[in-house]
Amino acid sequence: MNSDWPLFEVFVRSRAGLEHKHVGSLHAADARMAIEHARDVYTRRQEGVSLWVVLSSQIIASDPQEADALFEPARDKVYRHPTFYAIPDEVKNL
Amino acid sequence: MYTQALDTHGKEPLPEEAAREAHALRFQARVDADEKIEPKDWMPEAYRQTLIRQISQHAHSEIVGMLPEGNWITRAPSLRRKAVLMAKVQDEGGHGMYLYSAAETLGVSREELLEQLLSGAAKYSSIFNYPTLTWADVGAIGWLVDGAAIMNQIPICRCSYGPYARAMVRICKEESFHQRQGFEIMLTLARGSAAQRAMAQDALNRWWWPSIMMFGPSDADSKHTAQSMRWKIKRFSNDELRQKFIDITVPQADFLGLTIPDPELAFDEATQHYRIGAIDWSEFNAVLRGQGPCNRERLEARRRAHEEGRWVREAAAAHAEKERLREAAALKESA
Repeated sequence: MNSDWPLFEVFVRSRAGLEHKHVGSLHAADARMAIEHARDVYTRRQEGVSLWVVLSSQIIASDPQEADALFEPARDKVYRHPTFYAIPDEVKNL
Repeated sequence: MYTQALDTHGKEPLPEEAAREAHALRFQARVDADEKIEPKDWMPEAYRQTLIRQISQHAHSEIVGMLPEGNWITRAPSLRRKAVLMAKVQDEGGHGMYLYSAAETLGVSREELLEQLLSGAAKYSSIFNYPTLTWADVGAIGWLVDGAAIMNQIPICRCSYGPYARAMVRICKEESFHQRQGFEIMLTLARGSAAQRAMAQDALNRWWWPSIMMFGPSDADSKHTAQSMRWKIKRFSNDELRQKFIDITVPQADFLGLTIPDPELAFDEATQHYRIGAIDWSEFNAVLRGQGPCNRERLEARRRAHEEGRWVREAAAAHAEKERLREAAALKESA
């Protein structure tokens, strides 16, 4: 029987105005300890101004086997990008 | 190969086997194309096992590596040195945590990994089985041991396994401080009194060869190298990395005015590399087998820490459970 504390995923906001970014994971008995451990493990050099911790078991991830089915439909839709449209050089501010 | 050919002769391969082969081909193609492999992707079992072994050994090394230096925290010669050493030892603990987490993404539990370390089943870098006899050893470890570690670790930042590569990026950023603080200690001693210079030289004498051996057996005897290179877990051979380390470190020793303890050390004009004398692999193997000066002491220290921390782990888990029940009860009441 595995008696490890639950696993949490850690997300750090590096500066106000930026999004939280996944940086790794750690074990902790509860959410509060996870925040304290995350401070020690992932922000020893001012890497962050805010932390999120999420129980790893609560994360629902897409299946790599289904990656094609999920993402392939976007592949042939280049017209969603501005560079798809040819605009004469003389036209400005477009 | 021969027996295998006989076995399958006249038979179609089993569907699972065919599927596995197709997966294996696609996997290798992805690795060849420098794509990263992520935890839920298909991977050959041997790749998974190799990574678990390598990442966990690396994690254990970080954790055991806290001990020789921790030995000097209370006796650091100034408050500045003490603050720096504490930060460095804390980093090593952090590196262990990043790496254990990376290993766990491969389906092994933290508990299993710790058991392997504490039972003596797992290996860790044999460099940490040498004692830190003087303050200069703290300098020599930062300069040489962390220097060699950086040389080994920088290529792993490009390892094919995503979580390992990402952990290594973070570690390498932090290691640079470790090496520089070590060199600064050596420089201070080298510019100090005759006794301090002698202390620095003595530390170099004792740490040079073990540091050189940190790169592992020479290529001819390295059993994992070829496969690990194909899988892009490893990017350079042991001897290549060792040579790089020697080439950059010898001039640093010269700058310190210290002598590398190798009478055969010489610069080869033709190859533009330093040549070193023969490495005493019997010593390396003896330390690996557990006959180093501190093998027993290191494991005992880890076991004691684990045992003495048991009540803390249990109390924290009990507290978390109590809070969880309390919250559940409050939720029920309000419903």
